[in-house]
Amino acid sequence: MDELAYVELKGIVKTFGALRANDGVDFRVNRGEIHALLGENGSGKTTLMNILTGLYRQDAGDVFVDGRRVFFRTPKDAIDSGIGMIHQHANLVDALSVEENIAAGTERTFWIDKKKLRVRISEIAESYRMLARPAAKIYSLSVGEKQAVEILKAFYRGVTTLVLDEPTSVLTPSEADALFLNLRRMRECGHAIVLITHKLNEVFDISDRVTVLRKGNSIFTSPIGATNRTELTEKMVGRAISLNIPRTAAPPARETSRPPLLDICEIVAGDGRGRFLDRVSLQVESGEIHGIAGVAGSGQRELCDAIAGLTLVTSGSVRLNGRDIRGMGPGRQRAYGVKIGYVPEDRMEMGLAGDMSISGNVMLRDFLTGLTGSNGPGKIFFNADEADALADRIIKKYDISAPGPAEPVKNLSGGNIQKVLLGREIERRPDLLITAYPVRGLDIGASTYIFELLNREKENGVGILFIGEDLDILLGLCDRVSVMRSHKLVATLDARTAAKTEIGALMAGHSGAPAL
Amino acid sequence: MISFQKRAGTSKGRAWTRQFISIIVALLTCAAVIALLGYNPLEVYRQIFAGSLGSLYSFKEMILTMIPLSLLSLGVIFCLRIQFVNIGAEGQFYAGALAASYLALRHPDMSAAGLLPLMFAASIAGGGLWCAIPALLKLKLDVNETLVTLMMNYIIIKIIAWLQFGPWKDPTIKGYPVMPAFSDSAILPSVLGIHSGWVIALALFAAAVIVLGRTRFGYQLAVMGSSPQTARYAGFKTGLLLMAATAIGGGFCGVAGFIQASAIENSLTYQMSNGWGFTAIAVAWLAGLRPAQALLVSALFAILLQGCAYIQISLGIPFFMSNIIQGIILFFVLGSDVFTNYRLVIRRTKDTQNALSERGGK
Repeated sequence: MDELAYVELKGIVKTFGALRANDGVDFRVNRGEIHALLGENGSGKTTLMNILTGLYRQDAGDVFVDGRRVFFRTPKDAIDSGIGMIHQHANLVDALSVEENIAAGTERTFWIDKKKLRVRISEIAESYRMLARPAAKIYSLSVGEKQAVEILKAFYRGVTTLVLDEPTSVLTPSEADALFLNLRRMRECGHAIVLITHKLNEVFDISDRVTVLRKGNSIFTSPIGATNRTELTEKMVGRAISLNIPRTAAPPARETSRPPLLDICEIVAGDGRGRFLDRVSLQVESGEIHGIAGVAGSGQRELCDAIAGLTLVTSGSVRLNGRDIRGMGPGRQRAYGVKIGYVPEDRMEMGLAGDMSISGNVMLRDFLTGLTGSNGPGKIFFNADEADALADRIIKKYDISAPGPAEPVKNLSGGNIQKVLLGREIERRPDLLITAYPVRGLDIGASTYIFELLNREKENGVGILFIGEDLDILLGLCDRVSVMRSHKLVATLDARTAAKTEIGALMAGHSGAPAL
Repeated sequence: MISFQKRAGTSKGRAWTRQFISIIVALLTCAAVIALLGYNPLEVYRQIFAGSLGSLYSFKEMILTMIPLSLLSLGVIFCLRIQFVNIGAEGQFYAGALAASYLALRHPDMSAAGLLPLMFAASIAGGGLWCAIPALLKLKLDVNETLVTLMMNYIIIKIIAWLQFGPWKDPTIKGYPVMPAFSDSAILPSVLGIHSGWVIALALFAAAVIVLGRTRFGYQLAVMGSSPQTARYAGFKTGLLLMAATAIGGGFCGVAGFIQASAIENSLTYQMSNGWGFTAIAVAWLAGLRPAQALLVSALFAILLQGCAYIQISLGIPFFMSNIIQGIILFFVLGSDVFTNYRLVIRRTKDTQNALSERGGK
């Protein structure tokens, strides 16, 4: 550590209200180094890097580049100091070409000399041996190609320190390999690379050094050769834990005379712009946790919405307990006693009304029919006492830390918000429970609690559709795992025997596997 | 360096303190402006209150402004609650007035007991329709409601102007374009010395508080306003809710028009709104879209409007002073909203200064 760090952060503090996202973080990265920044969700990785790249301003602490103290007010200031960030989702203009996107906002002249621009781009691309198609329109590119364009854009602007925020989370395994190859070449060129991740295998694959953040503190830095997986895991979560998620026994085989709980056959959904679901078939049994794996945006959300009656299914059939529910919106599902619980992907966007109280949120689904069945439809007023009582019950039963039922949901923490939503859906005693990324953004403690809840519901005979992103969780928790790729469901595997590599290959589309 | 930091939690107490402080700061700023214009601020403020609350007469005049203003703001609140940006209260006011006036001019011989309820219902229908048209366009064609509600204002005002100068012109008054006066049965009687519009307004406010706070319909509107996707998720008929809420909102504005035409103008003119439809938007925002507070805020605005009309005469200060004061209060109260959730932090570090100058000199 005697060498002069290229970029150094010292004692960074950043608070958001009561939350100390960064609490005196030290971090340094050298030239020609790939430095992994490891930590759980909420450990402060992204906050720290947003400070480094000028998106946030720190409350205290300093940033040094090449030994000189700098102060960034905007991302542009950071880029002028050679620090650029690649976000998970590309910020590119779909209708413009690669070169236009690269030039946008960087060229200070009114007219853009396309010939010169194209030469520059090819030069940069060549020096990193990246492929470049300057004239291609962004919408025609894959996610991985878009990411490459973002990287090119950063280099075009003279970036020498590149921060990548979980770059592989949106990529297929082969695209991730290509990215890593590019990162190694950048390292050879003497650039500093910070890789934000929570995937341990990536850390060991590619990085030279690793820093672990936990609860807003930098608690560990080590060359990659001097550490191992167990140690890093311990540092991340603060105690040695087994990544084994308790899986309860598989449900007993269904009598062949009974239909499966959920039986989806060849459904197609989509509008004029494209298909969101392409002939998807899926069965979920009672007492089963059925996982869905896939790269983000492979049709998982549309599948959930189709079952919940929020997306128009144009052909195929959706049956619950043998009854055709295709085309039934949530209102009709409720009226006909179709009991489907749904925990959507973005809880504050859909599922909860953030400005409203916990009471107002728990009564959402059943305020028309009455929360306890006593309050028949057709009445003008809602029953506020009943709503408060239900909210109180859910707060106690699910151990939600909130001042009371009147507290607006948006004031709660992420884990408690999720518990309000899950609690409401579970208390409705559904036959089928759809959960999309239910532990996204939650810490290990809250996640474990959610898994326990799901297992309990499974034992009660509820069929659970579990949309996940982390393969370890999917394989640990679920009974079966189906894989979605480009809006198709490509395979269903037994989660007890399936290998991660097999699922990875299916997600990426390398090889087929026999359907179960 | 100056930056904003998010506060830990929010509190009602802080929100009230903030509102109070911002109004004080706004009044101080206004005082500075008044002083710049060469008047004594204290005297001006005193006269504003004297002109609106100082005598029974001026108090009545203030109430007469407050009645339409409060009803218009209530109409705006119903729309803004579900994120329907209605800046067409002005037009809905005239549409309601037009519908009511049609009945009044067509059936001058009906009894008051029959005619007034009919006019009341017609004004709700007229104002509701005028607001429902942009809502329908938004629902079916995804047309921006802000633009359409605004443009609908001009349409209805021009229609009334055309009627006033043309088909509905009073033939007995030669050369002067006015509509015939209403018959006595089309004029609202007075209660406690002020026309009975205040009774109607209070009743509608009570109804609105109950509808928004207690009913299933109000609950659905609240969910829709907070998260439209969640309303869809819960199976609400969001299209129907949008149409209902906008029709009710427009209806309230229409009633304001009916009251103004019947009780104040005793006729219909295309120049009787005094821009209240726009002031009502400010009232609704300042009231935080809550009906009870809207009643309070519209009283404050009525005091301001009435008081400024008074100082125009007593001190010779142009009426536009009221616009300046309104604008300054709005600016401070709405602008201070940021302090409810954020705290201003000023840090001074020498090194920062140095770094900045170094970078600048590069």
